Amino acid sequence: MTALLSCRGLTRTFGGLVALDALDVEVAEGWVLGLIGPNGSGKTTFFNVLTGLFPASAGQIRFENAEITDLKPQGVYRIGIARTFQRSRLCLPLSVFDNLMVGNHRNLNHGLWFNLVRRQALRRQVEENVAAARELLTIFHAPLAARLFEPAGGIPMIDRRRVEVCRALISRPKLLLLDEPSAGMTHEETLQLMDDILRVQRKLGLTIILIEHEMSVIERITSHCMVLNYGRKIAEGTYAQVSRNLLVRQAYLGLE
Amino acid sequence: MKTTGAAALITAVVTAFMWLLLRAESQPSIAVLIALAVAAGVVAARSRSLARVRAGAPERVVQGFAFAAVVVLALLLRGDDFSLLLMTRVLIVILACLGLNVQFGYAGVVNFAGASFFGVGGYTAALLCTSTRLPHLLILLCGGAAAALVGTVLLLPVLRTRGHYAALITIAFALLFRTFLEVNDTLGGPQGLKLRELVVGPFHFNDAIELGAFEGSFYLRYLALALVVLTIFFGLVLRLERSWIGITLDAVRLDEIAAATFGLEIARWKITAFTLGNFIIGVAGALSAFMIGFIAPNNYAFAESLILVSILLLGGVGNPWGLALATAIVILLPEKLQVIQEYRFLLFAAMVILILLFRPAGLVPRPPRRLEPGG
Ligand SMILES: Nc1ncnc2c1ncn2[C@@H]1O[C@H](COP(=O)(O)OP(=O)(O)OP(=O)(O)O)[C@@H](O)[C@H]1O
Ligand SMILES: [Mg+2]
Repeated sequence: MTALLSCRGLTRTFGGLVALDALDVEVAEGWVLGLIGPNGSGKTTFFNVLTGLFPASAGQIRFENAEITDLKPQGVYRIGIARTFQRSRLCLPLSVFDNLMVGNHRNLNHGLWFNLVRRQALRRQVEENVAAARELLTIFHAPLAARLFEPAGGIPMIDRRRVEVCRALISRPKLLLLDEPSAGMTHEETLQLMDDILRVQRKLGLTIILIEHEMSVIERITSHCMVLNYGRKIAEGTYAQVSRNLLVRQAYLGLE
Repeated sequence: MKTTGAAALITAVVTAFMWLLLRAESQPSIAVLIALAVAAGVVAARSRSLARVRAGAPERVVQGFAFAAVVVLALLLRGDDFSLLLMTRVLIVILACLGLNVQFGYAGVVNFAGASFFGVGGYTAALLCTSTRLPHLLILLCGGAAAALVGTVLLLPVLRTRGHYAALITIAFALLFRTFLEVNDTLGGPQGLKLRELVVGPFHFNDAIELGAFEGSFYLRYLALALVVLTIFFGLVLRLERSWIGITLDAVRLDEIAAATFGLEIARWKITAFTLGNFIIGVAGALSAFMIGFIAPNNYAFAESLILVSILLLGGVGNPWGLALATAIVILLPEKLQVIQEYRFLLFAAMVILILLFRPAGLVPRPPRRLEPGG
């Protein structure tokens, strides 16, 4: 197995608290890795360290065989890792389209001359991106494409979640990190969202790490699972293997 | 088509009103005019009719009408020095506020030293026009460049500190700048400096205008130049907003963490906005200095910076049209209604507080970006 992402001894502390404890992770291309664990077990912290928002206290991260441990968030995004946030972080006053274009930053021309003077070229780039944004939104929820130019703050919570996933997807990253993308959705809506994500995943050949509390979702869409508890990996494997694991049942499923 | 007609009608009414207001001298009639304007404003806001026309009319058309209105007004008032001076001041202050708008309205970078950068532009113009033979239009740009350059002094603190601290640092800078001007003898100390007459090509700006039967105040030339410069920068700022850069600056202002996660270089964009803004403010300052003919530290007091910021808050942060309206109000009101003159700071403070309480997005809230095809 050649790993797309591999972490060795990844550790992050907050004062005395060890939020990530010497974590070893290998993720191969094309995986959908489910990341599970009780509240406060370090799942979000793992994403934050991976994306450079928090520097690692120890250990290293490699992506496509290059060391990326000390990259800033901008650098992590540029090499093809995009994410969503557990608590929605859209720019609510901006339109859905604007938000998506924030996600597409690395593919847009930000030169002053291009933006202020070459308006025809800019217009063409805008039109291409409007089409791409419509197409992507349509995959998730067709009516959403019609609201492309409405403020993100004016659309329902569920749609905002979808927009956030699309914002992470639109730059066509290699690795997508989803932090509870279905928070606040009903069971049906969650399954729907996950199916849509899977569809895009297959089409683009994406690799995904998904944090999700609902076990039925994990069972249905992930190819591999990893369980965290107090910042430590306590189990990994397929869902079937992991759910049989006694430690997991005690720590997470709350079973005796 | 219908909205274009409506926009033309509105422009005509506003122009006629401005003409009446600028011509009026008796205090009661001015008070009545202002009361009328307020009433019309309230009705327009309530019925949202103005907003509808605004949303329907293409940007170019609206800009063309505004430009034409200023030209017509200036021609109607051609012999009236004082009114023309007032109008030109309004145009120049709009220009300066555009700079602040790029900084604060788009990128969210606070700047309570607007008057200082205005001053840098003014002093640069004064020094260059007396000691060099550079063309005066170039000197205007040099004023902007100097302001942008001086602004780099503030970059590190502005980037490193956040919110209130960044504001405090710009305030400290504004106070220091004024003191620096007062004690610096090469800059004329408290007496300030005189400027040469503005000359652009064949035009000597301080000569009265006589073209056959047409006679006009020399202020017409300053007004024309200010209008042209403002139109250029107004268009550029609107373009900036309607571009990938506009989206980027908004994202930097609204959520630095999300922005960084999607590759936006926060520092780069704050520096860009701060520098561009100071450049525009500096050009405005140079233009203003040429028009007044002499400059002194008193013109660039901290209170003037506060006025610029209150114009932004009043008009609608992020909306160039809103700040144009607010500038007209803030400059014309105390000049026309003399009872207010003495209490103008009190009045502006009250207006800003009322706006923040009851209409936090300003008199003319910023419309959604129109980047869609055909927008
Ligand atoms: N910025 C921070 N400063 C201090 N402590 C933090 C910070 N971020 C996370 N922690 C702590 O690190 C631990 C792991 O938090 P984390 O958010 O990664 O958990 P999680 O697995 O995502 O939980 P949940 O399922 O509730 O989202 C928690 O004890 C949390 O309080
Ligand atoms: Mg979490």
